[in-house]
Amino acid sequence: MRGGSGRSVQSRGSSRRAGRVGMGLELYLDLLSQPCRALYIFARSNNIPFEFKHVELFKDSVLGKKPAAASGAEQPRAGPSNSEGAGKVSLLKKVPALKDGDFTLAECTAILLYLSRKYNTPDHWYPSDIQQRARVDEYLSWHHTNIRANAPKTMWIKVLIPLFTGQPLPSEKLQEVMEGLSTSLKQFEERFLQDKAFIIGSEISLADLVAIVELMQPVGVGCDIFEDRPRLREWRRRVEDAVGKELFFQAHEMILNIKELSNIQIDPQLKEQLAPVLMKMLK
Amino acid sequence: MGNKKLLRWDTGVWVGTAEVCGSRSGIQLRRTCALLSSSSESSPAPPAGVTPSGRCHAPACRAVPMGRWGRAGQGQGQHKTEEFRKVNVLMKVPALKDGSFTLAESIAILLYLVQKFKTPDHWYPADLQKRARVDEYLSWQHTNIQLPQTQLSVLLPLITGQPLPPEKLELATEELNVALKEFEEKFLQDKPFIAGSEVSLADLVALVELMQPVCAGYALFEERPALAAWRSRVEEAVGKELFLEAHQDIMNVKNLTADQFAPELLESFKQHLLKQN
Repeated sequence: MRGGSGRSVQSRGSSRRAGRVGMGLELYLDLLSQPCRALYIFARSNNIPFEFKHVELFKDSVLGKKPAAASGAEQPRAGPSNSEGAGKVSLLKKVPALKDGDFTLAECTAILLYLSRKYNTPDHWYPSDIQQRARVDEYLSWHHTNIRANAPKTMWIKVLIPLFTGQPLPSEKLQEVMEGLSTSLKQFEERFLQDKAFIIGSEISLADLVAIVELMQPVGVGCDIFEDRPRLREWRRRVEDAVGKELFFQAHEMILNIKELSNIQIDPQLKEQLAPVLMKMLK
Repeated sequence: MGNKKLLRWDTGVWVGTAEVCGSRSGIQLRRTCALLSSSSESSPAPPAGVTPSGRCHAPACRAVPMGRWGRAGQGQGQHKTEEFRKVNVLMKVPALKDGSFTLAESIAILLYLVQKFKTPDHWYPADLQKRARVDEYLSWQHTNIQLPQTQLSVLLPLITGQPLPPEKLELATEELNVALKEFEEKFLQDKPFIAGSEVSLADLVALVELMQPVCAGYALFEERPALAAWRSRVEEAVGKELFLEAHQDIMNVKNLTADQFAPELLESFKQHLLKQN
């Protein structure tokens, strides 16, 4: 089922800023982050004009320098890194963040809802029918403490922590996380998706979008959770079609090429500083 | 079996909560609904969709004193359990049933009620930016307040039968401290309430959640005057008496003993909580 994405995605050059420049909406995003991808896809899919403010989470706040050689994957940029801007925008110092004139906002769900209301996106994204809407709210709430409890850790365990500590983690760690994720996925299929096309029924909504971007994280690091789950795989295909395959893959380009991160040189001091923080992430 | 309560509202909306520790969210939902409803009733301009008598039909649970919220005693327990099972296929609390429509997740339930019963605007403002502030808080609190707060619950050792290891306690306390700082600096700032000049769902959810560790002996308002002032304002906004009444159960939580819980419930919560730690 088509969402609000009837038109094809524009070429990369012009699609960076679809609309007014300099004034109006700014979205601070790093497409390595799941919630950022949800916002990016939602805004682009609905042709919401915004300025893409690229925040490189790892370059600006954490890692050292990137190698000069351009990677094969073109990364969306709107000029030099805007981490300072993002820092000022959001006291939470996180992505994603929205700036709309003087108004700043954090939290993916809040931003998605704000955009859907302000730009009057098609009803199916966040239905006006209160029971359908409740289903979206229900999923978004559950998502935080279930899918989002484990899916992100796959990246930390398989890529980032080894990158920082120089050693892989014991396999039990990943095993634990994958088991937790497995349980959540089972619940996702049985309770939320069931045998419907999308979470709330026959049309895509914010719930599906938030779910899919999260589940692409383990895929990016080599844990293909769709492999043995045909029903999920089918749902994924429908979501890709609904937002537009090109847009979907553009949003996921970075995470699907995450191995490039391992080429990055990291300052040894940074490594030391961050080790305890990273280990805490596993709890 | 077990101390389950099914609340019946005039409108036929059932909200299931389980009067057990592990479902602190169930208890909190009930509290939040009670607080929400009190304000609805005292609203000077009745919202659209009210009954001919002019009263907001909603939260009839407000009119029902806490004591009458049918405690499912021995013998009745079985029947109530089956009904409850139908409401929520995963046997989770809290849960709502409205005709054939069932719903879980306390935030989703609150939003549903607010919209269905058209409570006063300030609870979930129509203004885009104010509403976004409420959404922002409701989203953030999942991982930042709820999670550490759960670990500090005095009920945890009660269920698991083991005291919380000191390093875990320390970690959870530290996380909560960081969260409280963020709450003050980012969400509250120098405003009277999270969304601005009026109390909203965000304040309600925040305070109800923070009362949990307070009642467990963690005096988090003591050295935080700004937070304490905000708390007073929220209590004021919903009515001090009702606020205290709604928190009676959790304030007396220390009187709870393990034998008050059905064994199978206890076991299931124990497994769940041990896994989280």
